[in-house]
Amino acid sequence: MGMSRSALALALCVAALALVPLAAETFYVQFFAKIMIMAIFAMSLDLLLGYAGLVSFGHAAFYGAAGYALALTTPQYQAASFWTSLPLAVAASALLALAIGFFVVRTRGIYFIMVTLAFAQMLFFLFYDTKIAGGNDGIYIDVRPVADLAGWRPFSLDDYRHVYWLALAFLAAVYLLLRAVLRSPFGRVVSGIRVNEQRMISLGYPTFRYKLACFVISGAIAGIAGYLAAVQFGVVNPETMGWHLSAAVMMMVILGGMGTLLGPVLGAAAWMLLELGLQGLPEAGGVNLGKHWQMFMGLFIVVATLVLPHGLVGLARSLRRPAERNNG
Amino acid sequence: MDLHTFLIQLLNGVQYGLLLFLVASGLTLVFGIMGIINVAHGSFYMIGAYLAWSLTARLGSFWIAVPAAIVITAAVGVLLEWLVIRRLYGRDHLYQVLLTYGLILVFEEMRSLLWGDDVRGVPVPASLDASIPLSDTLSYPVYRLFISGVCLAVALLIVWVIQRTRLGMTIRAGAVDRQMVQSLGIDVHALYRVVFAGGITLAAFAGMVSAPVSAIAPGMGNPVLVLSFVIIVIGGMGSVKGAMLASLLIGLVDTFGKVMHLEIAGVRVLPELSSMTVYLLMAVVLLWRPEGIFGRRT
Repeated sequence: MGMSRSALALALCVAALALVPLAAETFYVQFFAKIMIMAIFAMSLDLLLGYAGLVSFGHAAFYGAAGYALALTTPQYQAASFWTSLPLAVAASALLALAIGFFVVRTRGIYFIMVTLAFAQMLFFLFYDTKIAGGNDGIYIDVRPVADLAGWRPFSLDDYRHVYWLALAFLAAVYLLLRAVLRSPFGRVVSGIRVNEQRMISLGYPTFRYKLACFVISGAIAGIAGYLAAVQFGVVNPETMGWHLSAAVMMMVILGGMGTLLGPVLGAAAWMLLELGLQGLPEAGGVNLGKHWQMFMGLFIVVATLVLPHGLVGLARSLRRPAERNNG
Repeated sequence: MDLHTFLIQLLNGVQYGLLLFLVASGLTLVFGIMGIINVAHGSFYMIGAYLAWSLTARLGSFWIAVPAAIVITAAVGVLLEWLVIRRLYGRDHLYQVLLTYGLILVFEEMRSLLWGDDVRGVPVPASLDASIPLSDTLSYPVYRLFISGVCLAVALLIVWVIQRTRLGMTIRAGAVDRQMVQSLGIDVHALYRVVFAGGITLAAFAGMVSAPVSAIAPGMGNPVLVLSFVIIVIGGMGSVKGAMLASLLIGLVDTFGKVMHLEIAGVRVLPELSSMTVYLLMAVVLLWRPEGIFGRRT
């Protein structure tokens, strides 16, 4: 009963969102597509933060890797195929997550935070300092991938509305995929590791392998988001691997409510709207507030982490059931 | 590489390592004693450098500017601990990371408002503006030797305070059993305030002494923070001894990675990939000892 109701609610949400490009202006369609791409990214991180209890502070590495994979495999002045470049980019992110995960999953707690950041910064510097992919200016994807299948083109990535629908389709698919993963025996074990790893070890679970698998799945999904972002913007630069993005996506997860699937989606939307709003701040007292919007973002982060530890989803729950506030 | 160049790079590497030690030791002490991970630690390195620049210009002397800057950063540290940091005690590291990341954004914009976004420089103090000749063409600046000496002196001071003074004794006790120390009538909150202010002042001080030989620029604290993390991972969390060893290692590896030439199978590896060498070192240590060389096994 509850299951079918939530499935219906989800279907209605997707249907309503699918109608947006028919009515909204170009700017908003593109902006919403960006929110949905970030939502996919945030959901991938929540698998680590909220379910496996692994606080990754370098998640942008996998997001950026997919974008770079697309840019570097796209032939100059020609289009790559969507059907081969997407799996390739996601595989690149997954492989990178496997390589980094092999090292970082050995550590825990505070070390995990520092080591994930350090490896992500290593990649950042690799692309920033060397000429592999245009250095700090980044690399342009001159021609977007084409989705031709035996002469038939189901959608065109040059059309901003098609990009929107594609992002929406992936958002829904990733949501369903993660829901299935979390409800599977694998997902139960991962949650068990978060709660008490020693107990899982003594039950005979190879926790290293489970955590590594989780890290790879999460990295691969971040790769989907990174690929879509590269397609939307047509450019990839080292910032897409930078720690500001890693911190922002972490904040989206916390803001929405970690350990829930819908939380990161709400968090991504709230974060991006806030960013847009702050950037549009007017001038006051001779200071252009919009130029210094990050100051307000910083203050917002400080206040939000102090007063909203369970995010918007947690806030909604405690408003609905006041009794929970004492426990939460 | 001839002997003189090697010697110069060796001195540079040691100097860089000692400077990194000041930053990393502050970070590791704040974590080891208070259980707080402060990612805004690197911002204080930047703030120290900008304060040195701004106060030298205002007060006319680097030697007056540095003590004044130390007092200002320590005061900021006390205020910050009282305003926000104390609300993080005992909370999950995730929230500590996020809140202090928020502080980075605030500090970076305040720097932009107060001092602008241009790259600044502080002249080397006249009394130390000299070079020691090593050969006909090569010489070594006295100021860099001065940095090494000062950093070494501060390192010894840290060890002395922690091991030999009453304050250090309470700090060590507080790190082991906070409640016991509290029930003995010692104000743990005041103790933490001192440790936090001291920790960030170490980072700021590193920024001040290196100001005459570095480009004072926006975001300059970020790479220093990441290197401090690498140092702590290699040395072991909370270990001052480990931080010293790892700092020197990182300083030398980073410096020599930038000047050495290395080709593997016809592909130039160094100095092209020099910025990655320290991370590869970290990866090796992680395989060997995931808790760091001097870290406590969990």
